[in-house]
Parts: sequence; C-alpha cells; structure tokens
Amino acid sequence: MEYKLTFNDFNKSLKRNKLMALKCGDCEKITVPPKMVCSECASTNLEIIQLEGKGKIATFTTNFVAAEGRECEAPYIIVMVELDEGPWIMGNLIDIAPKKVSMDLIGKRVVMGVKVFPGDKYSAGDMARPLFSFE
Amino acid sequence: MKKVAVIGVAQTNFSAAQEKTEVELFAEAALEAITKSNLTPKDIQALYLGNVLGDFSEGQGMVQAFAAENIGCKNIPANRYEGACASASVAVRDAYMWVASGFYDTVLVGGVERAATLGTALATRTFAMFSDSRYEFPSGITFPAVFAMLAHLYASKYNIPLEKLKEQMAQVSVQSYKYGMHNPKAQMKKEVSIEDVLKSFMVSTPIQLHDCCPFSDGGSALILASEEVAKKLTDKPVFITGVGQSSAGPLSNQSEHLPRIYSREVSSKQAYKMAGKTPDDIDVCELHDCFSIASLIAAESLGFFDFGTSGEAWMKGEAGIGGKVAINPSGGLKAKGHPIGATGGGQVYEIVNQLRGDVEPERMVEGAKVGMTDTLGGDGGTLVNIILERGW
Repeated sequence: MEYKLTFNDFNKSLKRNKLMALKCGDCEKITVPPKMVCSECASTNLEIIQLEGKGKIATFTTNFVAAEGRECEAPYIIVMVELDEGPWIMGNLIDIAPKKVSMDLIGKRVVMGVKVFPGDKYSAGDMARPLFSFE
Repeated sequence: MKKVAVIGVAQTNFSAAQEKTEVELFAEAALEAITKSNLTPKDIQALYLGNVLGDFSEGQGMVQAFAAENIGCKNIPANRYEGACASASVAVRDAYMWVASGFYDTVLVGGVERAATLGTALATRTFAMFSDSRYEFPSGITFPAVFAMLAHLYASKYNIPLEKLKEQMAQVSVQSYKYGMHNPKAQMKKEVSIEDVLKSFMVSTPIQLHDCCPFSDGGSALILASEEVAKKLTDKPVFITGVGQSSAGPLSNQSEHLPRIYSREVSSKQAYKMAGKTPDDIDVCELHDCFSIASLIAAESLGFFDFGTSGEAWMKGEAGIGGKVAINPSGGLKAKGHPIGATGGGQVYEIVNQLRGDVEPERMVEGAKVGMTDTLGGDGGTLVNIILERGW
C-alpha cells in the first residue's frame, strides 16, 4: 500500500512554508507529521490538507548544549506548539533573545515560518524545520 | 509459564571514560555473575545483551557475538537489544520470556556501553538519535532539551511556580548524590546541596548540570534460570514476577498526556497486573532518573504519588529510604551513572542486592521484599518495568 504523504513530500512543502498534514475521512482527526495511518483510529482513508501554521506555545526551552556539528547554533529556543487544528509540533522560536525567555512564553500565540537544517553526516540530507515568531 | 529467578548478578564500576573495551567490560561483569551463580560459561544457553552505541564508540557492531565468544560461551545464540536507554531492560524481559516458556533453563543477560568514551559532543548527537530524526532533530532537540520542555510543561500544568519546582528537582539530585556516596560502584561520589544544584551550569532551561545524569561507561550482567535450576544453585532466588513493556512515537505526538509519559503507564500496569501487586506493595524502586524532573514524572506514572505532588514527596523524604517507597538507593542514574546499554541490568542488580540485604548499610532498604525497575528509552519510545520478589 502506498504511503500517502512521505517525509520527502512533507519536507518539500515545508521548505515553501506550507505545513502539510493528513485528515482522516473516518474520524476527522488530523495527523502531523504524516504517518501511514490516522494516528487516532489507524484508518487509511486519509486526505492531504494544509494547516494554517498558527497556534500557541505549549512549552519551551533555551538549549545551551547542542549536538556535535551544531554548536554554533547555541543558545537556541525549542518550542512545542499546539496548532489551532489540535496537533502539537516541534520547532524553534525567534523574535526573542534566547536568554530572555520565561514561563510567560507558555500560551503565547505564534505563527510558523521555516528554516532549513542543512543536515549532517548521519541525517540523510537536509530537513526543513518550523521557525515560529510571535503573531 | 515457568517461574523465572535471577541468580548471580554483577556490574562493573560505572565510570567516566575509561580504557577497557565493551567486550572486556561485559566479560568482567558476566564472569562474576556466572561464578556467583555456581555455573561455568558452558552452562549458559543464550546471551541477551543491551548495547546502543557501540557502532559509534568503538566502531563495533554485533558486539554480542564477540562478547559471547570472549567469555567462553561458544556458538550460543547471542542477541543484541537496542531500545535506547532501556536496552538492557528489554533484554531482561526477552530473556525472562525465553526461560518462562521453557525453551531455555539458564541464560545470561545484561548490557554494556561506552557512552562517556564518546565525549559530550558526539554523545549528545547520538543520544539525539532516539528522538524523531526527521521531524524533531532538525529543531536541535537533545535529551536535556526534551526533559527541559517537560519541566516547563509540568510547572505550567500543575500550577507550580518554576522556582519551587526547581528546588524540588534539586532535592531529587541531592538525595541521589547522598546514596551514591555509599555505593562503591557509583560514578559520582560527592555530596551536593540544593544551592549547589541551582548554581550549576545551565544546560537547557530550566535543567542545570546537577539535574542531569552523567555520560558513563560500564557493564552489567545477570543470570536468569528456571525455578528448578535456581533452587539447586542458590538459597536466595529472586523471582521476576511481573514484566511490562510499551512503545510510543515522536514526543509531539504524545501531547495528549504530556508531561506524563503514557507508555510508562501502559508498561507499569502490565507489570503490576502480572505480579498481582499495586504501587503500595513496592518497597524499593530503581526508576529512570536521567534528569531530576524525569524522577518526578516517573514516580507519578508508576503510581507512587499523585500527579503534580512528587516534588513535595521528595522534599519530605517520602521518596527516600524510610519513606513511602525507597527510590534509587543506588544513587540512580544521577550518581551511579548511566551507561545506557547496561543501565537496566544495573537497576535489576541493585534491586536483587537490596532484596538479599546485600548492600552497604547506609543505603539499605531494611526488610525489602518487593522491588521494581523502571527504564525509559528515548523520549518514551521504549518503556520497561520489571517487578522482582524474594523467593525465600
């Protein structure tokens, strides 16, 4: 059975600032990132849709210790965002200095942009990542 | 199913980077476990070995085959288990099932890792391989960052001021360091205060250096045997009476339950049900304290304390020896160390020794009859719980 929305297709769209997802034709739940089946009911009756890329910050951290090869990125802010459509996704946050963040961030409205991680020797290519800023 | 006992147990010192190879580290633990069981290598029917990053630390894949041959267990089936930091616990559960099924009577299980040998930069990169590589690593996720986000979420969800939560988290580390001081196999042997934790290097807000377990080298080994064999070899068999294992997807897709790790609730329920026990029956628990906040989260999902209250429990000593449940009297991952492929074996080693009263008096849980292990791999992707009971 064919994979409806592959990482490659999702990644190509994300690079153009389009956040693609799967909507279940049976239970209506939205699955993102894409999977073989609906993450709620395991149905394969899935339609590819585009999400708005807006939501609120569910949680965050400023990371000071990056993985090998990414040291120059630190410090940087990672967030998990609860999208208006329901699912959470992980990304980075700009618009605020990494050392200035506090618990006030939780619940703040954000809108998605994009930045490409060029990849490293283990990553099998480059990957787009959501880059959020305040709405 | 047959009853399965743990007989001989061993672990190497857990340590910072050292020069023994993975095969050598495991061999030392394995021969000690075999000898303590009154067995020889020729009695071992199969090897179940946790190992996560040997490919990166030594350029050695398939270490289990070389390990088996090295200790004289020639030509036995040897399997490697990779469930990130829960690898050895996955191995123990599988080994348990092979003996419980009656297929084998006497097997060797354990793990080995040289995570400290990797160095911080490569260890941070390779540990991040246990988060989703396509959809979450691009954002620069690391393991401290995962638990840092869970800490902020925990403070927010349970309405605990972050300063207060950070003190509670610091107390978790203080307790672990205190017990680790009396564990001769522990990597970290020093006392720290809440103040020391709070002024340590910031890793990923709000997690500081003393909130984190170290990178470690080390090995662990256990002999599992059927009841009939065990009774011939030891007066103090420790029976595995409950096992549970669960899995989960990327961290963001666990949002319905976070900061709880739902896979832990699934896994521990299986183990409790199988053993016919409840959280109140557990005298001693080695749980997966890779970060201080991880202890609070784990203790709640295991049913020891209500959600949002385990920080208070640690502050009041309810999570220590003499409290409601003695958590991590070994010093835990925090002080004992966390050689990821070996960690689950090290946890079982501690519980078995506690149930036998075979530990230093300063950290002994007097009269412990029922113990439990809790091992988490990745950000909830692999979860294993094991319940052990005195068999005499």
